[in-house]
Amino acid sequence: MKEQLIIKSVCKIRDNKIFLDDELLFHNDEAENPSAFMKNAYKNFQVNYPKFFKMDNLSKLGFLAAEILINKSNVLPLNSEETGIVIANSSSSLDTDNAFNDTIKNSENYFPSPAVFVYTLPNIMIGEICIRHKITGENILFISEKFDPELIYYYVSDLFESGKIQHCITGWVDLLSDKYEAVLYFVEKDKGGKNGNSIFEPRKIVQLFS
Amino acid sequence: MNEVYIASDNIITSLGFTTEGNCTEIKKGAIGITLIDDPKLEPNKFYASVIDSEILRSKFSHIDDPDKFTRFEQLAILSINDALNKTSIDVKKNDTLFILSTTKGNIDVLEKENFLKYGENRLFLHETAKLIRQYFGNPNTPMVISNACISGVLAIIAGSMMIRSRRYKNVVITGADILSKFVVSGFQSFQSLSSTPCKPFDKTRDGLSIGEGCATIVLTSNKNIANNPQIIVGKGSSSNDANHISGPSRTGEGLYQSIKKTIGDLPAGKIDFISAHGTATPYNDEMEAIAFTRAGLENVPVNSFKGYFGHTLGAAGIIESVLSIYSLKNNILFGTAGFSELGVSSKINIIDRTSEKELSSCLKTASGFGGCNASVIFHKI
Repeated sequence: MKEQLIIKSVCKIRDNKIFLDDELLFHNDEAENPSAFMKNAYKNFQVNYPKFFKMDNLSKLGFLAAEILINKSNVLPLNSEETGIVIANSSSSLDTDNAFNDTIKNSENYFPSPAVFVYTLPNIMIGEICIRHKITGENILFISEKFDPELIYYYVSDLFESGKIQHCITGWVDLLSDKYEAVLYFVEKDKGGKNGNSIFEPRKIVQLFS
Repeated sequence: MNEVYIASDNIITSLGFTTEGNCTEIKKGAIGITLIDDPKLEPNKFYASVIDSEILRSKFSHIDDPDKFTRFEQLAILSINDALNKTSIDVKKNDTLFILSTTKGNIDVLEKENFLKYGENRLFLHETAKLIRQYFGNPNTPMVISNACISGVLAIIAGSMMIRSRRYKNVVITGADILSKFVVSGFQSFQSLSSTPCKPFDKTRDGLSIGEGCATIVLTSNKNIANNPQIIVGKGSSSNDANHISGPSRTGEGLYQSIKKTIGDLPAGKIDFISAHGTATPYNDEMEAIAFTRAGLENVPVNSFKGYFGHTLGAAGIIESVLSIYSLKNNILFGTAGFSELGVSSKINIIDRTSEKELSSCLKTASGFGGCNASVIFHKI
């Protein structure tokens, strides 16, 4: 029989609010833009990781969601080689692509920066999470028009079934100019006896976004 | 468990518009990397592998109006069209999935002229993928993978998973990336472009040559429509270095972990060759040599295709897998263009010239920005 997979802890960041398992942990309604909001969230949670300020906004968003998910919920310890990260979004790295393009579009004002260029790949966000939490397991970044629960369900289930992972951080991290949304959650094998966790299936995954 | 067979394929690079055409040129030792002097792409001259725009336009005009599609879309459609012409698979049925592997897709649509012609929507990779699958009448939501330079290898692994779990009978995987001012200026800013056509694993290597390209690989669970001799996709996996977002790991950790997961208990002697990532940057090639040695594969023959048509980014994993599959089918071990003297600290076995050899299995590896690494095995049965 296939082992049951469960959803354990979900972190949501949107509309200037951060939730962990439906509990509002932080809100900053006055923040003018995603960048200001995330900076204030970083301070609020006393993250102490100066590299955060070098990241682009997409990476900051994914980083914060993973940070809260891993540090504030009781899922540790993670086995670094057997933890997978499977993230999808709609806008790829288009937010930073636009920023990089601004530095090359005029020949009079041409100054391409490697520090910006490196973030013109959406999976850099996954790399940042891996570095912070020493996670070396399976990685993939999908692009979908909107969150596709079946894609994530099938892909993550197959990773578990093939024995490649024991834990998975998965979900949606999307950001384009002032629009953003992150919903990251843990999936692991059901060890039994714990009520209250949702079964990992497309129907339940959809509910995480409500 | 369902086996995953290769049904057909295509490659488009500066060397040709078909798999056969590319292989014929590679056998001759042809190099598609040339000195480009085009201020619209980059103020200074640089080496790159470029697909001739006039030939592309002329080939595409045989199947549709080139003015309706971007350069990226033309490449992808031409490539898929050629691969599908060689199989009996009906992609209009819902048992076929389309997968697109790319780092930057239609990134040249950020340039004003293209933006006005094609519109903002074409910048979204899911829109590009949708347009392509609609062109071929496929009813399913396409899968899009954008995971830096391992995208192509990851796409083959993900496509194989979809067949093994019986969710789809066939998967059409296309990898593509084009040369653009965006990409060239970015790599130039990293100072990672080579001052000559790139020289993978060589002592005098000084960087990569950027290339544009596209390839398609059609996977199927149906043995009867598989290519002959039959090639199957074996295990595959990915790992992250968890070390640096743009620098390869000094210990090859992520690549080593991925290879160990992929080859499992398979003895090194059962792997006939490795198609490495081999970008020809000093750090990448050194990292790969360390990882191969740690995995006990230091004696296995290794090649890199980057010296023929450069680093094709999101297409690289597919193009180089198709070439490796050609090697297995035809018992040809391709040499590494640009290589003459070993320039990595571990004594790995680089294939310097193309030769004939009985072959039955190959390990394809890739590594990329974000610390990502992936590997997959192909077997001839």
